[in-house]
Amino acid sequence: MTAHSKTFEPSRRDLVVGASLVGGALLVGCSPADLLSIGGKVDVGAFGPFVRIAADGAVTVISKHIEFGQGNHAGLAAIVAEELDADWTRVSVEQAPANAKLYSNAAMGAQGTGGSTAIANSWDQLRKAGAGARAMFVQAAAGKWKVPAGELTVRDSVVSHAKSGRSVGFGELLADAARVKPPESPVLKDPKTFTLIGTDRVRRKDSLVKSTGTARYTQDVQEPDMLVAMVAHAPRFGATVKSFDATAARAVPGVFDVYEIPTGVAVTASNTWAARQGREALKVEWDESKAEKRGSDQIMAEFRAAGAGKGPKDLKWVPFDSHGDASKADGEVFEATYDFPYLAHAAMEPMNAVARVKGASVSMTFGSQAPTIDQLNAAKIVGTLPGAVKIETLFAGGSFGRRANFQSDYAAECVHIAKKVGGGRPVKLVWTREDDMRAGYFRPIVHHNLRISLDKDGYPAVWRHRVVTQSLMKGSPIPQKGDLDATAVEGALGSPYLKATPIVDAQLALPEVGVPVLWWRSVGATHTAFVMEHTIDQLARKAGKDPVEYRKVLYERAGAKRHLAALNLALEKAGPAPAGLSRGVAVHESFGTVVAEIADVEIADGAEPRVRRVVTAVECGIAISPNQIAAQMEGGICYGLSAALYGEVTLKDGVVEQTNFDGYRVLRMNEAPTVETYIVPSGAAPSGIGEPGTPVIAPAVANALLAAGKPPTYRLPFVKTGS
Amino acid sequence: MAITLEINGKSVSIKAADDTPLLWVLRDELGLTGTKYGCGIAQCGACTVHIDGQPTRSCQTPVSAVAGMKVTTIEGLGGHHPVQQAWVAADVPQCGYCQSGQIMSAAALLAEKKHPTDADIDAAMSGNICRCGTYQRIRAAIKDAAGIATALSAKA
Repeated sequence: MTAHSKTFEPSRRDLVVGASLVGGALLVGCSPADLLSIGGKVDVGAFGPFVRIAADGAVTVISKHIEFGQGNHAGLAAIVAEELDADWTRVSVEQAPANAKLYSNAAMGAQGTGGSTAIANSWDQLRKAGAGARAMFVQAAAGKWKVPAGELTVRDSVVSHAKSGRSVGFGELLADAARVKPPESPVLKDPKTFTLIGTDRVRRKDSLVKSTGTARYTQDVQEPDMLVAMVAHAPRFGATVKSFDATAARAVPGVFDVYEIPTGVAVTASNTWAARQGREALKVEWDESKAEKRGSDQIMAEFRAAGAGKGPKDLKWVPFDSHGDASKADGEVFEATYDFPYLAHAAMEPMNAVARVKGASVSMTFGSQAPTIDQLNAAKIVGTLPGAVKIETLFAGGSFGRRANFQSDYAAECVHIAKKVGGGRPVKLVWTREDDMRAGYFRPIVHHNLRISLDKDGYPAVWRHRVVTQSLMKGSPIPQKGDLDATAVEGALGSPYLKATPIVDAQLALPEVGVPVLWWRSVGATHTAFVMEHTIDQLARKAGKDPVEYRKVLYERAGAKRHLAALNLALEKAGPAPAGLSRGVAVHESFGTVVAEIADVEIADGAEPRVRRVVTAVECGIAISPNQIAAQMEGGICYGLSAALYGEVTLKDGVVEQTNFDGYRVLRMNEAPTVETYIVPSGAAPSGIGEPGTPVIAPAVANALLAAGKPPTYRLPFVKTGS
Repeated sequence: MAITLEINGKSVSIKAADDTPLLWVLRDELGLTGTKYGCGIAQCGACTVHIDGQPTRSCQTPVSAVAGMKVTTIEGLGGHHPVQQAWVAADVPQCGYCQSGQIMSAAALLAEKKHPTDADIDAAMSGNICRCGTYQRIRAAIKDAAGIATALSAKA
């Protein structure tokens, strides 16, 4: 601890409240951030929890968000550097420790990264952090030179006084600046005067370490005396260990020990290969009395029946949009149903974690996407305060949502093993690709059932919509508002097309299924964008109208100006469709960002559709890093296209059939389109960019198929793997 | 049994069971963690290294099969290889986990073909999966790297 830092430590009241928390649910009237940080201890410097400045003037921005590809570390650092007027070439980024009080996500009330909120929820906070630190340097220089602060300027980490020709760098001024009282409401820049934000200078800070093999991921953690663990998991969800024989496993050279844990049987060893050999030598019998034994076809059939009103009598329907009197439906009718399969996230780095447990003390090192929840789950296992669980967050080799779930599945598994090992000895849990793909936490199966009555001009007059899927919010430790699980319908909920329709009756049902499910890059939009955008194209064609013009009429009616702006920009930049390719258009808003995509697709009989070019226009508020916005559109489109073309996890009698990239096909180099990204100019605060590109490509491709005279697409993926 | 191989220019003696994949010897025994595990069945390319110059999936290569051979890993490229320079300049990586394998495949391609066509790139790179979808930048960076390599050899 330095002279200019202070330590946040729990008060006695915090400890009392925290102790009651470990037993289970959250207390009413306290925010999760207040409660879950209890027991934590973090050193905070003179410039606050987000900015640290070294004696040589180098600036470190502390990121409360994990970087697993989104480019958020570059964007977050740029927000601080802009307001601080720091030398961007001497700004680096460091990952914050787990502490919900200091590093809570304003959109979640807990520390975590998701919902494309990293930049959006940090915008005000980090501008103030940068501007506050800048004011401290200005104040220090003004005092030193005895000149009015208003006469000073800052540029590239140097404070200057033009009148007297004096200037001084942050490093030299550091001791004086650190003694200045931080301003409560620092003056922020007029965005029109930004010199860094919005320029091509805002580039990733991690490209070098990620191009030389030196970036540190969980998989790379190696510590003296560390054990590597692998776990034999049940073949069906909900099964438990009945008995096991570890004789052969223990005989494998390098195997240390074998333990039963709640999720299976764990083998620890001196290295990864020995752990794997040991696990293969295990004989485990499973108790499947409570296991989910339905196949995915059966689950889909049950969802389809429910969507048609033939589900269980006690199935609860919750309205998500209801206006007008739906009994007045008449006129021409359009009907369609859409089916979406289970999807695996299949991040390149299979799930893993490192944990050390000594008594009630836990420290972890891994790609923690939801540190607050991971702290809570780890604390419950060892019986400590959540905030006392130390987490060092590393880069993660992708996540797409997988690394954040209410059970902390893989992280909790590692803590269970480390607890068995004890003594604070480090344990690295390694999942193979097969473990990762069979573990569930899939994007759930989703079924939509639509019946739309049209007015005399062919526009929707009555929109009846039923959605059947599994709940993503079940098991949340954070209390939810109301009955509606909005994550299941977002995108249909809030759609300009529903707003432009006089009568809407839209409802959601969430049957119980024993397959663990989870948000998957763009969450509800993964299916709602497809349903809304592919339906609109079909309605336009039914009405004999151009699908683009048809959309524009509905956007006008709904007052959806940002949709119009994005669509118009994409159309302008795309130009005429190239000969020999079929063009599909789709527009969708998610996480506050509107994305229009125009896909030019090669369509030939007997061949897979091949997307050659995508022109995309993005309305995401102030663009901090145009380069990384383009990167997220390029990557997001590939991720969405991969799932649309090939993505499907199937279960046979409850057993996951795909185990690796041979059965779960993903997009490769030769199948990837060229993506051109254009940004709609905006002065609004930034909105999300990590996810909004993903859900728009599937309907754009389906609409290109329609344009080529092919039938509508009622189920994804387009290409059935293995057929 | 001790197995001797040449890794990044240095002779190394390994004590491991014959069937241990080279990947785990590199990572767990030698601490060369730049080479990644992604699938274990030669489907994703994250573990790509050069064996006597040829791009090879180390997850499916038993260490005994490469005794006496020259192995180059991402660490052995040196950090200033034209492919690495082009990767940084184009901000290719996102999560970055697959990029060691991508770079090793690209470096092998450029060693074979100074100016690869799009078809050459598709053929050489389709064995390397990137779930972040950085393919477009990989393609551009390979072409840039070809230019950097040509400029370097012209200077020399």
